[in-house]
Amino acid sequence: MLVNALRRYIDKIKPNVEKGGKFHFLKSTFEGFETFLFVPNTVTTSGAHIRDANDMKRAMILVVMAMIPALLFGMWNTGYQHFFAQGIEAGFWETFWFGFLRVFPIIVVSYVTGLGIEFVFAQIRGHEINEGFLVSGMLIPLVMPVDVPLWMVAVATAFAVIIGKEVFGGSGMNILNPALTARAFLFFAYPTWMSGDKVWVAGLANGMETVDGYSGATILGQAAQNKDTLVNGLGEPYSAWDMFLGTIPGSIGETSTIAILLGAIFLIFVGVGSWKVILSVFAGGAAMGLLLNAFGGNALLDMPFWQHLIVGGFAFGAVFMATDPVSAAQTEKGKWIYGFLIGILAVLIRVFNPGYPEGMMLAILLMNVFAPLIDHYVLEANIRKRLKRAKVQA
Amino acid sequence: MSEVIKIRRGLDIKLKGKADKIFIKAPRSKTYSVKPVDFQSLTPKIVAKPCVEVKVGSTLFYDKYHPEIKYVSPVSGIVQKIVRGDRRRIIAIVVEDDGKDTAETFKKGDPTKMSREEIVENLLESGLWPMIKKRPYGVVASPTDKPKGIFISGFDSSPLAPDYDYIMKDTEKEFQAGIDALARLTEGKIHLGLDASYPAAKSYEIAKNVERHYFKGPHPVGNVGIQIHKLSPMNKGEIAWTIKPLDVVTIGRLFMTGKYDPSTIVSLCGSEVVKPVYYKLIRGAEVETIVRDNLKQENVRMISGNVLTGRKISMEGHIGYSDTQVTVIPEGDYYEMFGWITPGLKKFSMSRSFLSWLMPNKEYKLDTNLHGGERAYVFTHEYNKVLPMDIHAVALIKSILVEDIDKMEQLGIYEVIEEDLALCEFVCTSKTPVQKILRDGLTMLRKELE
Repeated sequence: MLVNALRRYIDKIKPNVEKGGKFHFLKSTFEGFETFLFVPNTVTTSGAHIRDANDMKRAMILVVMAMIPALLFGMWNTGYQHFFAQGIEAGFWETFWFGFLRVFPIIVVSYVTGLGIEFVFAQIRGHEINEGFLVSGMLIPLVMPVDVPLWMVAVATAFAVIIGKEVFGGSGMNILNPALTARAFLFFAYPTWMSGDKVWVAGLANGMETVDGYSGATILGQAAQNKDTLVNGLGEPYSAWDMFLGTIPGSIGETSTIAILLGAIFLIFVGVGSWKVILSVFAGGAAMGLLLNAFGGNALLDMPFWQHLIVGGFAFGAVFMATDPVSAAQTEKGKWIYGFLIGILAVLIRVFNPGYPEGMMLAILLMNVFAPLIDHYVLEANIRKRLKRAKVQA
Repeated sequence: MSEVIKIRRGLDIKLKGKADKIFIKAPRSKTYSVKPVDFQSLTPKIVAKPCVEVKVGSTLFYDKYHPEIKYVSPVSGIVQKIVRGDRRRIIAIVVEDDGKDTAETFKKGDPTKMSREEIVENLLESGLWPMIKKRPYGVVASPTDKPKGIFISGFDSSPLAPDYDYIMKDTEKEFQAGIDALARLTEGKIHLGLDASYPAAKSYEIAKNVERHYFKGPHPVGNVGIQIHKLSPMNKGEIAWTIKPLDVVTIGRLFMTGKYDPSTIVSLCGSEVVKPVYYKLIRGAEVETIVRDNLKQENVRMISGNVLTGRKISMEGHIGYSDTQVTVIPEGDYYEMFGWITPGLKKFSMSRSFLSWLMPNKEYKLDTNLHGGERAYVFTHEYNKVLPMDIHAVALIKSILVEDIDKMEQLGIYEVIEEDLALCEFVCTSKTPVQKILRDGLTMLRKELE
């Protein structure tokens, strides 16, 4: 059988990468591919004799699967926004195909750059390849504006993997979410490519011809300019349904709340994503939105609280970024606090800092930094409880 | 029935090969053994060298640091060999059985009329003392301890565990005598944890001198550590003793007959066993006597104990001192192509990562494959789902990894031993060796304090 033949071939070339072999310097890379093809034959040696079938590869692949609805919608929406700007009527497949051709190269660049660096680092350390980048590599394209130059994606990915992750010791040791680190890097290094009203629709940044009076501004961008009615490129007002469905300009994967929610349901159901974080981010955003509505005064303050949850990167951040278990709070109580504060901060930054109309990224990165502190206090509370119990008994 | 303590967090792993409720008297094996490794952190000092003749109850070795604690032979015969492992560590003392069961005699009498000293001495002399373990650390208790209570879990909730209501049948008198003896050893109470889901064995129901507590929920509800945590959590400086029900019966028999009766009951279970049933045999018997011609295939892992905490033994090996089950499962030394992406109808997981969640009542044939490689911690919610204690297990394990003794104490290391965190190890996506790390931490702590 083919499978057995493949296995035999791998076993045959394996001695070359073992210690003393000619290609020992490629051991991690070899193992990376080998374990990709075959779950290893390692058996338990200490402790529990049987183990849960779930492993890191499986868990990470499930997260990638959860992103697929947002990705597919993002591809279609890329085409849709493009043709809409030009006033061209295009069929479904034509629209999707256009988007696919624009988005796919970004995904390839992200994975090739990131995995390449991961392989090199694993090799230097003599470790196995970590699966963490399988997720980051998909997250990075989804939070990029579609017109971002490919070399920028490569630079940002390299920055995120090296500075955001490997310097701390690799997957599991990082403080910041790597995908958001990539986005933040571009946001501050090349702001003209990451904000404004030219970058969100494919072709616009390169001077594509559009219909008269077209504007590619995002909803938050318009609100930040204190426009009372939020309109699409042709000046027609957006409905809540447009925002929920996601037929609006924005980063590739962030626009469709419904596609993201599908992913959220999947993540929660398979038990990989934390529903506590997701729910509390939404709760925090809604609470802050309500509070600001009570004051009112300008377009952003008056923006209905529920709209905050379905425009911009709020939903995407809540479901795919805030839930990153490594950079989030690690205690269960801590997760509630962490998520709630992200929601509050995201809306707060959006409303009070018009320079950064998208507050989600900064809110999550900020809370990534504070997550260990939240955990510290949760653990301290547990410790105090234990000490108190000892004193009562003594 | 009094108040039921309900436990929500935990996990029942349903495995194939539960033992049928049939008792079979196992044939006598050629040799029997006592294994120092069955007693946590014990350094043995050999008394009975090879070729020395021993009786039932003759001392084979004692604890180097507590010479009064003796370990005795379960059969009469001749010491055959001393099995040593790495760095000449003593693994087992093997006695060749002569089948005569000539026995040493010890004190006999009603324990309620004996003093604490008399009872302690009788247990030490007869070699039954090591049945009593202490928390923290899960090591053999010290006769000078002043325990706050003695805790007995009357049932076992681990995978394929024997049904205690079945194996405790017809032990009412012995169990009571054992309880009476133990009651003299503590100023506290004897707590007996019972499964609220089933009617308790008669021995438990009619036992006097004990406080009965009822528990309900998934594994690890039957772990005595979990029960202590719910009833009276361990604080720094406190000591609690624990003992298994069948060992209480053996202690009872000592006081009733004046002899060490090493007979016990073991359930043979697991997917690779042809006829999984209960066996009556003598402690430390060769496992071969019960698995001979009773296995479906050769490539198996034989475990003295359950699949989560048991000890791997070879075909020539002997059953552990206090183990009440022998589990046989397939070895998992195979490669699986694209195993991480298959639907996984036959794979068991706490998460719903595999389609097997569609069949919640399915019984699984699980093997010893690790299912992936060891990684740094990524997921942090898993341990909490299977540990029904107010303990942050991930933080505790991390504190052990950085050898921060203060933090370990603060985070509650006194409340747990390996079996309590065994499920954490099972579910860990990062495949962290939790039980080993925890034992390293306990050893570190004990060295520091004692």
